[in-house]
Amino acid sequence: MSLNDVAPRPAEGQLAKSPTGIDGLDAILFGGLPSGRPTLIAGAAGCGKTLFGLTFLVNGAMRFDEPGVLMSFEERGEDLTTNVASLGYDLAALVAQKKLAIDYVRLERSEIAQSGDYDLEGLFVRLGYAIDQVGAKRVVLDTLEALFAGLGDGPEVRAELRRLFTWLKDRGVTAVITAERGREGQLTRSGLEEYVSDCVIGLDNRVEEQITTRRLRVIKYRGSAHGTNEYPFLIDQGGISVLPITSAGLEHSISDAIVPSGVAGIDAMLGQGGYYAGSSVLMSGSSGTGKTILSAQFIDAACERGERSIFFSFEEAPSQILRNLRSVGIDLARHVESGMLRFESARPSLFGLEMHLVLMMREIDRFKPTIVVVDPISAFRGSASEVDSTLLRLVDLLKVRGITALFTNLVGSHELDLTVTRLSSLMDTWIGLHDIEANGERNRGLYLLKSRGMSHSNQIREYLLTDRGVELVDPYIGAEGVLTGSARLSQEASERAAILHRQQAAARRRREFDSRQAAAERHIVDMRTALEVEAEELEASARQGEAEEAALEGGRMTIAARRGAA
Amino acid sequence: MKPTPTGVQLRLVPTDAEDEAGRPGDFYCLTLYVAGETPKSLAAIANLRNLCEVHLPGHHSIEVIDLAKNPELAAKDEIVAIPTLVRRLPAPIKRIIGSLADTEKVLIGLELGSRAS
Repeated sequence: MSLNDVAPRPAEGQLAKSPTGIDGLDAILFGGLPSGRPTLIAGAAGCGKTLFGLTFLVNGAMRFDEPGVLMSFEERGEDLTTNVASLGYDLAALVAQKKLAIDYVRLERSEIAQSGDYDLEGLFVRLGYAIDQVGAKRVVLDTLEALFAGLGDGPEVRAELRRLFTWLKDRGVTAVITAERGREGQLTRSGLEEYVSDCVIGLDNRVEEQITTRRLRVIKYRGSAHGTNEYPFLIDQGGISVLPITSAGLEHSISDAIVPSGVAGIDAMLGQGGYYAGSSVLMSGSSGTGKTILSAQFIDAACERGERSIFFSFEEAPSQILRNLRSVGIDLARHVESGMLRFESARPSLFGLEMHLVLMMREIDRFKPTIVVVDPISAFRGSASEVDSTLLRLVDLLKVRGITALFTNLVGSHELDLTVTRLSSLMDTWIGLHDIEANGERNRGLYLLKSRGMSHSNQIREYLLTDRGVELVDPYIGAEGVLTGSARLSQEASERAAILHRQQAAARRRREFDSRQAAAERHIVDMRTALEVEAEELEASARQGEAEEAALEGGRMTIAARRGAA
Repeated sequence: MKPTPTGVQLRLVPTDAEDEAGRPGDFYCLTLYVAGETPKSLAAIANLRNLCEVHLPGHHSIEVIDLAKNPELAAKDEIVAIPTLVRRLPAPIKRIIGSLADTEKVLIGLELGSRAS
């Protein structure tokens, strides 16, 4: 409970209201119960009437600086104190601080005889005294009808009740009167509603398909608008929580920020590199397609970035999820330890849908995560309209809070489930996980059915569950189409072989060319050598001719000389 | 009915001290709770006095408590209806509400039926 809560000031001319401090109820009541007027809370036994009254008083005393008086006709003060101690309400301390006065009115019919006229001034005196003791602004009378049991349903009592309600208004206290629900058509057993006409709230506790759901309805609120539906509410160790259906609309602000999916390949398929912050992502797939693993990677990445996350699990216990995730190399336990991640798991059959929603929203509002995973939404059983309305509200409530949500959904292996089709309009991004069965094997394919507000890949991408989580395989797209698994591998292998073959052929041609070139060059060298030899020979023979000529010339001259001399 | 500011607290002491000592089992200790001097309260006081004079002469005490003056006693003594007559003695405690106009019912309520007859 925050100390900063302040009772809302009514606008000029508007009905002043006293907030109950009960989550959701004040929203339905547009601020709270009518200040200075009596409110009737009617319900069958075990509906939580007394707790409503007490919560109104305790919140008034602790959060709104409005001390209160509890006049109990059914339970002794000590019993009440013990009963609500488990909710963290310390009535004894509030009494000691003069913020609360408790008066137990014991009426034992067998001990009381009547002779002559009487009135209930004693009750007024007690109530007035208690109000004065603590300066009370709030009064709870629980359960006033006990008066009828103790004193009989005579005209005196009825006249006095009428006077009591006028008196309460004169005192200016905001009063809550609880009453047992009557038989069919009657709101209360003794017709108290005829005295209290300002505000009437009905509580109900219905069992449907063996699941109990508490519901609340504002039957009447004079002078004020109010939510008119039946709203589920919850009583647990956190007190009372009411989940108003109308608390969410389509007025949420949107964000351009991007939240990575935790898988690089998926980020690449989404045009903007991830999901939009505050968007809703549906991940549908048949069993064993890795929905939980993909969710876990989404959370792992978020926690790494320092964002708080909640993992709502409806099929597996947290410890089991953590163990299974370790096998694919995802360690979420460290995020749980560091307080970034909360696991909330419950069997879907534990509560009604409404109650699950209440619990989830309460957990979300307490933990304030930016990422929420619901695994899987297909676990919710119930009529289609109820499941739809629950999910619609969940999506809306998350969007209003700007929380990016990932919902997984289990569908049959081939066709898109009807539920999925109905849900898709709620979702901003829809990722389909599919088994691709071909050539005697099953491979996993992932594709984007839609992603609002961003361009996205149209490919079906094969992915593998590795020991580092999900990894997208580069797609094989060739003349043969998109291939997966061993078909892809064999195609890739045969392509590799073809390439190798081409490479080898080219190399061979190159070698042949090289050798031919080498041969040609050698030939050129040979011819050049031959020519050079020839040239040398030519020169040599020329030199020889000259020598011979010279020798001849010399010989002739010698001969001539010889002849001349002779 | 608003408490009257002029409400007077009446206190009647035992009329016969010897009787109290002599017959403790039959001594009646009665407290009448009223709130202001309303007609019902005044009628109850008068009715009680008359009744005690007739049926319990000498062995009763009557205390009248005005809750308008002592509001804290209302819760303490568990008073809801006004007027309320409480028989503290003899035990067990008995309560009779109303203006005590019907003497017969008061006598039954105080378990004085046998004495009356």
